[in-house]
Amino acid sequence: MELKTKVNAEEGKNDLLITREFNLPLELLFRACTEPALVEQWMGTRVLKMENKKHGGFQLETRDDHGNVVFEANGTVHAFVPNGKITRTFEMTNASFGVQLEFMEFEKLTDDTSKLTIHTIYRSNALRDEHLKLPFKQGINWAHNELEKIAGKLK
Amino acid sequence: MNLRRDVFQAIADPTRRAILLLVASQAMTAGAIAANFDTARPTVSRHLQILTECELLEPRQKGREIYYHFNPGKMKEVADFLEPFRKLWDDRFNKLEDIMKTYNAKK
Repeated sequence: MELKTKVNAEEGKNDLLITREFNLPLELLFRACTEPALVEQWMGTRVLKMENKKHGGFQLETRDDHGNVVFEANGTVHAFVPNGKITRTFEMTNASFGVQLEFMEFEKLTDDTSKLTIHTIYRSNALRDEHLKLPFKQGINWAHNELEKIAGKLK
Repeated sequence: MNLRRDVFQAIADPTRRAILLLVASQAMTAGAIAANFDTARPTVSRHLQILTECELLEPRQKGREIYYHFNPGKMKEVADFLEPFRKLWDDRFNKLEDIMKTYNAKK
């Protein structure tokens, strides 16, 4: 089966490539990635700041039910071309793997389909692999969801 | 650490990936594997050697022949490395697509 989202991380290199084709027109894909209210929905994090312009910055934050910050990230925008590309830095607070450089490219495939390519560059191969090996919160979320489902059935 | 690097190098080559797919369904001799490729026999031997060195294939003597067996445990190591990260983005992007489809409908 062809995977919709592909991640290519060559051994020994300090970058990775995420590609995804969407059943969405280019404009909608770009909006989803730049309008704070939309980003919040699919990224599952709060957007404290999102300045979509050259030299602009962004700030993301996720808190748990008790108000503790569990995820914090920020970066600055280097290039911003509507429906074209975003070049920015991305840094997760308190993460050991440092800041990354992200090249996001938006392409129109047909009137109803589009493609997003995210090329991320880490300072070193070791730092990249450290990030990739993180026990992703997604896994934990998934476990929680499964737990909820199971608990729901018990009611 | 070196061993893991080898695994990644091993699967970076399309012929070696094809060999793994072949052997995954049944253990085969070098000759039988080579018969599936246009590549020269020594080239296939070299591929088998690399796949064996990084433990993706395991050669076992059976009578006078050596059969190459696939080692799924080693392959899983490779898949596991990236899969959670890929899954994370796949889930996010699926959500993005869903959200924007409704968003579009609302317009």
